[in-house]
Amino acid sequence: MAAITAGVGSSHVPAIGAAQDNGKLGDAYWKPIFAGYDWSRHWIDNAKPDVVILVYNDHASAFSQDVIPTFAIGCAESFAPADEGWGPRPVPVVEGHPELAWHITQSLILAEFDMTIMNRMDVDHGLTVPLSLMFGAPDAWPAKVIPLAVNVIQYPPPTANRCYKLGEAIAAAVASYPGDLNVQVWGTGGMSHQLTGTRAGLINTPFDTMFLDKLTADPAALRSLSHADYVREAGSEGMELVMWLIMRGALGRDAGELHRFYHVPASNTAVGHIVLVPEP
Amino acid sequence: MPEFADIPGTSVFNGNRARQGYHLNQFCMSLMKAANRERFLADEAAYLAEWRLTERQRQAVVDRDYGALLTQGGNIFFILKIAATDGRSVQSVVASFTGQTQEEYAAMMVAGGRAAVGLRSILRGI
Repeated sequence: MAAITAGVGSSHVPAIGAAQDNGKLGDAYWKPIFAGYDWSRHWIDNAKPDVVILVYNDHASAFSQDVIPTFAIGCAESFAPADEGWGPRPVPVVEGHPELAWHITQSLILAEFDMTIMNRMDVDHGLTVPLSLMFGAPDAWPAKVIPLAVNVIQYPPPTANRCYKLGEAIAAAVASYPGDLNVQVWGTGGMSHQLTGTRAGLINTPFDTMFLDKLTADPAALRSLSHADYVREAGSEGMELVMWLIMRGALGRDAGELHRFYHVPASNTAVGHIVLVPEP
Repeated sequence: MPEFADIPGTSVFNGNRARQGYHLNQFCMSLMKAANRERFLADEAAYLAEWRLTERQRQAVVDRDYGALLTQGGNIFFILKIAATDGRSVQSVVASFTGQTQEEYAAMMVAGGRAAVGLRSILRGI
């Protein structure tokens, strides 16, 4: 049967993708960021997930202001990199896993999560930058990907607690899939950053460290934080951290930490990265 | 949402802003197509005339006044598509909101960013 074997948390800063696409990974500014994922690239070579359920947010790429789903799941055969205004990233097309995606979708809706079903969707830096950080620059991505887009741009996004529960429901859905698949769940975005207002440039390392610590030590504390708590402490775009809780919820009650990396800055953002495994 | 009003120098993109900025943000969205970017850059006035923008929104686009675009209902991820069309960096747009020069802002980020101390709550002064 299918099993969730690991969870990955990662920032998805667009400038990281641009640095990779423009051959700047060796620059002093970007080098430490990619080096922080060296351990993870080696680890995932061995972990070899068949499918990654990749939780991210769309940044006005697939979703304009016409339609704004809170939770949208990609059920298509493939997903093209989006043109975000400077041409699509020169990265491979993302191959989906429609059979598992449909199974998860049906299971989630019956578990009372009203998912939006995406049979066609372009994917932006929120999804492709974590793939680049974890897999480098291969000719084809080595895993199938089920995009799970969360609205964190139009207020109000789903609560931290709701996100955690969605993760739990995803775990139940994967566990009931009859095929034999090695599945990872990634939660992306964050960590602390704010892109507008006079407080732009906010970085809150103590909060980010607490968040990383409590993913294993006390996830209930992170579930109970309000939207205002996240905005106050992690910045208006730090709200993206609720997406990490979908990943954490999918790992079950206890999880262990294999790797962590934290770096300031990438453009306007604190880069955070963690690799977790369920502890039955 | 009084708890958000208590956070200094910060706003959230709520329903009021979405209503105010709908046409502006949809104009920005159109710049995801290369052909539209070319047409916009070739004749901005003609392109903008196709959209139901207020005069203040239209002027803010022409002036590339990103602070005004935000106060006129623009959402950061939408208005950044104008910057992308111009080949301007995200960080330079973000810096423009802060009263710092781009150089000062970039140096602050490299030095660890803007600390949260004193910038969490107006009422509580923390």
